[in-house]
Amino acid sequence: MKFTKTAIISRKGFQPLPERLLLKNARLVDPVAQMDETTDLVLEDGRIASLGPIDAQGFQGEVLDLSGKIVSPGWMDLHVHLREPGREDEETIESGSLAAANGGFTALCCMPNTDPPIDSQEIIQYIKDRSADLLVAVHPIAAITKKREGKELSEILELVEQGAVAISDDGSPVMNAEVMRRALEYTKMVGVPVIGHEEDVTMTDGAQINEGFVSTCLGLRGWPTVAEDVMVARDILLAEYTGGRFHVAHISSEGAVELVRQAKARGVQVTAEVTPHHFTLTDEAVRGYDTNTKINPPLRSEEDRQALLQGLVDGTIDVIATDHAPHAFEEKEAEYIYAPFGIVGLETALGLCVTELVQTGLLSWTQLIEKLAVNPYRALGLEPPRIKPGHPANLTIFDPEAQWEVNPARFLSKSRNTPFGEKKLTGKPLAVINQGKMFFSTL
Amino acid sequence: MFSRKHLLGLDGVAQEEIISILDTARSFREVLERPIKRLPTLQGKTVVNLFYEPSTRTRISFELAEKRLSADIVNFSASASSVKKGETLIDTVRNIEAMKIDMVVVRHSSPGAAHLLARVLNAHIINAGDGGHEHPTQALLDMFTIREKKGRLDQLTVALVGDISHSRVAMSNIYGLRTMGARVLVCGPSTLIPRHIEWLGVEVYHNIDEIIEQVDVMNILRLQLERQRRGLFPSLREYHNYFGITRERLERATRPILIMHPGPMNRGVEISSDVADSEHSVILEQVTNGLAVRMAILYLLAGGKSEIH
Repeated sequence: MKFTKTAIISRKGFQPLPERLLLKNARLVDPVAQMDETTDLVLEDGRIASLGPIDAQGFQGEVLDLSGKIVSPGWMDLHVHLREPGREDEETIESGSLAAANGGFTALCCMPNTDPPIDSQEIIQYIKDRSADLLVAVHPIAAITKKREGKELSEILELVEQGAVAISDDGSPVMNAEVMRRALEYTKMVGVPVIGHEEDVTMTDGAQINEGFVSTCLGLRGWPTVAEDVMVARDILLAEYTGGRFHVAHISSEGAVELVRQAKARGVQVTAEVTPHHFTLTDEAVRGYDTNTKINPPLRSEEDRQALLQGLVDGTIDVIATDHAPHAFEEKEAEYIYAPFGIVGLETALGLCVTELVQTGLLSWTQLIEKLAVNPYRALGLEPPRIKPGHPANLTIFDPEAQWEVNPARFLSKSRNTPFGEKKLTGKPLAVINQGKMFFSTL
Repeated sequence: MFSRKHLLGLDGVAQEEIISILDTARSFREVLERPIKRLPTLQGKTVVNLFYEPSTRTRISFELAEKRLSADIVNFSASASSVKKGETLIDTVRNIEAMKIDMVVVRHSSPGAAHLLARVLNAHIINAGDGGHEHPTQALLDMFTIREKKGRLDQLTVALVGDISHSRVAMSNIYGLRTMGARVLVCGPSTLIPRHIEWLGVEVYHNIDEIIEQVDVMNILRLQLERQRRGLFPSLREYHNYFGITRERLERATRPILIMHPGPMNRGVEISSDVADSEHSVILEQVTNGLAVRMAILYLLAGGKSEIH
């Protein structure tokens, strides 16, 4: 293959990954190696061949000039709702994976609240079959309990053997402390974390938004932060007692962040994730009753948001995950109290992270990439991808300076339920490479 | 001047707008005393009363106000839960609007329902109560009644008593009265006072006897039994003993207190009969004034200017 100078901006969608590809002048950031340097990277047959300056003129293969762009190990979204099986009108394994690739992710974990739920090896196999040829690696999270009812443990050993990377009843908190205790104990045999949707539902019956001044003004029933805090406290104590691994899904309150901070200091095996919407917006966004602000857990107060940012900075919060929750247009276009909870997040995550965390000086690129490409894997007990010769090419490439406006019509997700339409963001996904495939973002 | 397209709530409505509504309502109040109470103001206009929640007095009051102004009227009542399973609210109202209507009066259990309609329809929207959010025409008729009786709204102390947490009447009264310069107290069990309500400029009390000496007006809110089932108070008996407004309690006041209630009343719970029927009670006058206030709002939204006749 002869040398071709490629205008990368014009590329969209899937492109054949050349046998030999030179990523020229790329800023390579690999937190595991504590690497942050601008140099050249050569990919060969879908693997990383070499790092270091290469003369493009003499290079046998294709060249991408990545001046000003960042190349990171591929990102993983630990918290995605793919809706298949059950609600394929809202999202499918394929469309959700495309949305992930479009947003800069090369891996995702899908939550088990599908219909039927991921509580049997058949459903795990179905997901693995449906995702086998995709660029984005799809890792199923299995239900903690059969039918996600919070009563009897699902067949966790078998589900993990089939490929489940964690267990969670996400969307339905495990209210029975004894069940949660046994789940944390049982999973120790296979080393996967129990992911908790932390909500004491006895305190949130009919709740719509965060309980506070805004809920008072809008007359919407409040979801108090303490309903999250009591469950985080309980599950931290259970993890401490059992020695199990506990991961807090979509942490949203100041109190919960402090509980995790203290637990980590005591050596409890606890990790936590936060969503971009929780560290970007507050319940003030609900004024006007846009149902795309209806999310569980709800958007919180500015004090909570500040605590989330602090938790990201000091490492209390390990992971940024989107809680991508697609919903049909007609279901969201409804009265506030009847609209379903949740927003899509895969295609706005990168821009929100760069705008809210890096542009503001809170996180370095290394810290941000740690929370997107390294810690999600580690929370699951998996090895993160690397930028290292010999390793498979699993890469996220993005433009840290690009300014753009969110246009939901460009999303590849089947759903458009986002509160960020027309928001101006800095930082835009450019391309992802994984499984011998290359995809250029259409955003 | 009041020149809005919709009346969705009193949050953000300016003092001069409220005065304009109340002054216009006074003119209509006079019309209601005439032998022929009908005006041609809304002739040729069609008003839809869209009630997704059961209502007797508000619905009748709006209907009568519309009839007094010679509007054509369409009534649509449905339980929100039954509608939820079928056609969406937006489809329903778009269908109705396609029949060329001019105004929609909407009562709905979801906060923000009137805002939703204002976003998708071209018609004028009047909020007749949206869940626990606002009930602006009720607060306007309450303010009208206070102003007629006391001659002013500023420099008065008005207490809202009872279940503040679930009361759209309380919220609209707080917004309106604060804008008009009244001092507003809320008094009720701590489990029925919403978080940070004091940020709206009201004072919070939990003891009726403490406020009796201070207030010019008491607006007593309806207590719903459902709150007991949700564990927000232990019993009607205890509620009545500690928060019920009785003649015995009122006798401790050194000046007359205007007694108001948006209805329907639970006699013997939040208000005793001897108070409801006392010389200080203006509960039935509120109902009459409600008609005048709703006529004023329909008139102003339809583009009417200050002077009528």
